[in-house]
Amino acid sequence: MIFDWLIAPFLDYAFMARALAGALAVSLGAAPVGVFLMLRRMSLTGEAIAHGVLPGIAVAYLLAGLSLFAMTIGGLVAGLVIATLSALVSRLTVLREDASLASFHLVALAMGVLLVSVAGSKVDLIHVLFGSVLALGDGAVLLLAGSATLTVVVLALIYRPLVMESYDPAFLRAVGGRGALVHHLFLALVVLNLVAGFHALGTLMSVGMMILPATAARFWARGIGGMIGASVAAAVLASVVGLLVSFHIDVPSGPAIILVAGAASMVSMLLGPHGSLRALRTPAWHRSN
Amino acid sequence: MSAVIAFEDVTLGYDRHPAVHHLSGEVPAGALLAIVGPNGAGKSTLLKGIVGELKPLSGRIRRADARRRDTAYLPQQSELDRSFPISVFDLVAMGNWGAIGSLGSLGGTGRRRVASALEEVGLEGFDRRQAGTLSRGQLQRALFARLLVQDAPLILLDEPFTALDQRTEQDLLALVARWHGEGRTVLAVMHDLDTVRARFPRTLLLARDPVAWGETGEVMTNANLLRARSISEAWDEAAPRCESPEIAA
Repeated sequence: MIFDWLIAPFLDYAFMARALAGALAVSLGAAPVGVFLMLRRMSLTGEAIAHGVLPGIAVAYLLAGLSLFAMTIGGLVAGLVIATLSALVSRLTVLREDASLASFHLVALAMGVLLVSVAGSKVDLIHVLFGSVLALGDGAVLLLAGSATLTVVVLALIYRPLVMESYDPAFLRAVGGRGALVHHLFLALVVLNLVAGFHALGTLMSVGMMILPATAARFWARGIGGMIGASVAAAVLASVVGLLVSFHIDVPSGPAIILVAGAASMVSMLLGPHGSLRALRTPAWHRSN
Repeated sequence: MSAVIAFEDVTLGYDRHPAVHHLSGEVPAGALLAIVGPNGAGKSTLLKGIVGELKPLSGRIRRADARRRDTAYLPQQSELDRSFPISVFDLVAMGNWGAIGSLGSLGGTGRRRVASALEEVGLEGFDRRQAGTLSRGQLQRALFARLLVQDAPLILLDEPFTALDQRTEQDLLALVARWHGEGRTVLAVMHDLDTVRARFPRTLLLARDPVAWGETGEVMTNANLLRARSISEAWDEAAPRCESPEIAA
């Protein structure tokens, strides 16, 4: 019975196995990036860049149809352009980064939706906006795995300066650490993971795999390392449970995964051991000194 | 003694308005220099200019040590995110950046340096505490521990003792005195004039324009302090262009 419910779907159906592999790869890359987005107070930046990749994907779709390669390149280019543009605008003018991003991403989203709906059918629009984790081809799974691998390696290489740049950027500047480079590499990772996540979850949902597991993890660990572990765990849990729910009651899988991640984040806010509602309200024993 | 920093007719500022106006002079190696002046006199701006965060509008700041890691800079305590999950140990260990960069291992030496720095500032046993749970005074002690780990020959402090309790201030002042004894060059932006008189042999009195620079006793006269106050109270949005002879030449 339990086997039928939890394990069999992944064994009996190849599309479920591929969906699981893809979702796990997304979890491994997006969740750690999300932790840094949260710590850097850039959650909304992630959201904005996620919408910003849409016109790139739409243009690629217009030129090459539902091609994995073209849409990936289109998304990466659009995401990097919008991240760089808003960074430039905030550096060169008085507009702050959040405001410039907000204006760019609204334009980008409108442009993307317009492009896709002019050229394609409703089905395609739904696919682009909400993804199709149940229809991942081998190429897409490999792409997701490659993106996750690259993300983990780059994060390991820039981990120390990224933490320092997130906490005390003035100090990193003063000691000659290349904070701007670290910031841009990190933004590139955000774009990469959003585009990879787009194939599984769609442009509107992929940012959810960054933000929701990270907010859940905040309540389960004290240090950054622990938070990264907890956020990957939450993302993996959301992937497995979301896919199963989608399989058994026949609902779209992308939103199902994100809803489970949202539920995990809610439960953590209420019950997690660090800084949650429960933890802050429950009296606890204390040491004598 | 050779000059660690030389100001050559330096003007620093924002939006074409000078915050430090035509400053010239040298800071010799091993100096313990207080920078005093009214609010808005350009004290913090001067430190930003020295670390290179702000480019001079005109003039030059020459540094004997061009290497960034030879300067330890403590900005005003304000911008640190109190909710950021970092331990006191990791905060202090950042001081090792010059030695290990982004990929080097902290190693036993690095760990011992952090531990002994924590001990010296009186934060023994705090290494696993979250930096966000420290009091203001404790956090300032931790930031001084990071300066100790940096082990730099030039140390720049921006209002390091503002809003601290008496005991923390005394402990940290003792550290500054020790750095001075070790031959390091220390520049500190200061508000408490009594502390400056008691602890700093030399003073730069700044009110956008340099008012006086030299032996603390000679600089901190009533006449000079009064002059500093009157100079910096005027602010003219449409001030005419400064035509100093140095620039015209």
